[in-house]
Amino acid sequence: MNPENAIESIDLTKRFGELVAVDHVNLVIPRKRIFGFLGPNGSGKSTTIRLLCGLLTPTSGSVSVLNYRVPEQAEILKQKIGYMTQRFSLYEDLTVFENLNFMARIYSMPAAQRRTRTAEVMETFRLDKLAKQFAGTLSGGQRQRLSLAAATLHRPELLLLDEPTSAVDPQTRRDFWDNLFQLVDDGTTILVSTHYMDEAERCHNLAILDHGRMVANGEPETLMQEINSDVVEVESKQPRQVAHTLKDKIHIISVTQLGARQRVLVSKQQGEAQSYVQQLLDSAQLTAECHATHPSLEDVFVTVTCKQPRTGDI
Amino acid sequence: MKLSLTRLFAILQKEVQQLRRDRLTFGMIVGIPLMQIILFGFAINTDVRNLSAAVADQSNTQLSRQLVADMLATQVIDRVQHVNTGAQLKTLLDQGDIKIGILIPADFERRLQQSSRPAAQLMIDGSDPIILSTAQSLTKMSFNQRNAAKSIKPPELFEVRNYYNPERRSAVFVVPGLIGAILTMTMVLFTAVAIVRERERGNLELLINTPVSTTELMIGKIIPYIIIGLIQVAIIMLLGMFLFHVPVNGRVLDVYLASGIFIAANLSLGLVISTVAKNQFQAMQLTFFFFLPSLLLSGFMFPFEGMPRAAQIIAEILPMTHFMRLIRGIMLRGAELSQLSMEVYALVIFTIITMSFAILRFKKRLD
Repeated sequence: MNPENAIESIDLTKRFGELVAVDHVNLVIPRKRIFGFLGPNGSGKSTTIRLLCGLLTPTSGSVSVLNYRVPEQAEILKQKIGYMTQRFSLYEDLTVFENLNFMARIYSMPAAQRRTRTAEVMETFRLDKLAKQFAGTLSGGQRQRLSLAAATLHRPELLLLDEPTSAVDPQTRRDFWDNLFQLVDDGTTILVSTHYMDEAERCHNLAILDHGRMVANGEPETLMQEINSDVVEVESKQPRQVAHTLKDKIHIISVTQLGARQRVLVSKQQGEAQSYVQQLLDSAQLTAECHATHPSLEDVFVTVTCKQPRTGDI
Repeated sequence: MKLSLTRLFAILQKEVQQLRRDRLTFGMIVGIPLMQIILFGFAINTDVRNLSAAVADQSNTQLSRQLVADMLATQVIDRVQHVNTGAQLKTLLDQGDIKIGILIPADFERRLQQSSRPAAQLMIDGSDPIILSTAQSLTKMSFNQRNAAKSIKPPELFEVRNYYNPERRSAVFVVPGLIGAILTMTMVLFTAVAIVRERERGNLELLINTPVSTTELMIGKIIPYIIIGLIQVAIIMLLGMFLFHVPVNGRVLDVYLASGIFIAANLSLGLVISTVAKNQFQAMQLTFFFFLPSLLLSGFMFPFEGMPRAAQIIAEILPMTHFMRLIRGIMLRGAELSQLSMEVYALVIFTIITMSFAILRFKKRLD
């Protein structure tokens, strides 16, 4: 393993009976970067993260995290990683301060360090005023800040965040990402899973997971440039008919309606995407205006997973 | 098995903070022993009184009426209803209206003087063995012959004496046993639920991703409940002494030592349940699966000696059986703990086995 990398996995596989939750995943995650897992629910994001921190035993394949073999050396690793679960997992019947104090003790911090670190993270994550409030009464955003504060209390080298922003509003998400970039500047490596495109786009590196397989891997920019499809936007007065006509035609990967427009993904194999779409619509006697446009990360996602994204849940 | 005192103390402090805020659990700690001892101390009573009875007095003499009056004086029977024939008594028994029928034949006075034949007949509802044995005690009853003129004085008749002292005698037997019953129920349930709840709420997924070890987690969870258990023992003992005048003939320290080991045994069993149960409902079901045999086989309700061999073997596995012998020995017979060392060993072995099993079964993994 290259010590410059925080995580490397070779053919990592996890089966639950018949279901292959993680299917031969080869990961290389460099240090001091934000690495994103993008995928729909059930694509194996959480399972992969759990395999990486030793909560699950791989069926086959190997993983090393921060140069430790997992799950064999997972116990030593636990002092060096921070983990934030999908669900709020601190104690709702303890106050913000009590929760942080508890976590600091669990990481065996000496009393003096415990006091300074607890004060530090409460300031960083704007929790000072909430110190005496019960965690159960916090808002979604506050809970998330508390979770991140608890996960970073012991200055972990690696942070594993499992869909940390699934329950918060966009503004809170943006604040949260500012915190993440700050942590990366301080030298932390972050692995974050998400199903939001805007979040995925902010990662340094990205892996797209689908049915347990890694279907794409690279920087978001590169993924968008190297996309295996062309994007054509169709403007028409009869958007439903346009969609109906184009769907299930050869080379057409997907048709998504965005207001009055249809965003059409055409396989690169076709070559002349714009005229191909125009031609299909003309032969169906539909008046429409077609023009090529730049692919987005969502287009990449749809192309590699080859299926219609569910509304608001990609 | 590495053990960090800092982490152990962290778990301990957290448990105490949570317990302090969990009003319902906190209420149960005090409320369960309080309510149960008051309820069962009065209600569980093997000395049966006030059985409903009927009499068919075919003799209808002063002597026969005297007999019925004397039977009423024993308090075993109550509110006698009058019928004419034995058949009518049988009907009342069948209907469940009465537990005892008294048939006094027309030749009662003559029979009284012939010691070869019983003078009267008792018809007893024997479906409940405790009632049967109580009713049979009526046959040993003396019949105080006040009519000197008749001068009937068979040698087997003694003066009527109310030798039932129901509240006191039963409570003396029941209260020490209640310590065992209450501790079994609350202790097993508290620990079983304590860990399952953390799993349900997702806390465990976070905890197992920290350096905390299984042993630290288990011991940290158990210690607060040992203290709670000892508080419960104190509540039961104090109520038993002041409300039911139950004696503590042995040393109080021995009572606490015996209870302490018994609590540890129950708590480690609770931990085993918590590693098996997936949710709080299952934890509850498993606790009761264990609680009922403890209640019925341990000697708390029925004498151990009366059970078939197989049941006795099962009972020997249950911690409550050993605790019953310990607590009754110490509190009632005034025995010392050292005299009952076999029971202590049994509890210690049970604790070690279940605790090891719980620690081995509890993996810091999700699969």
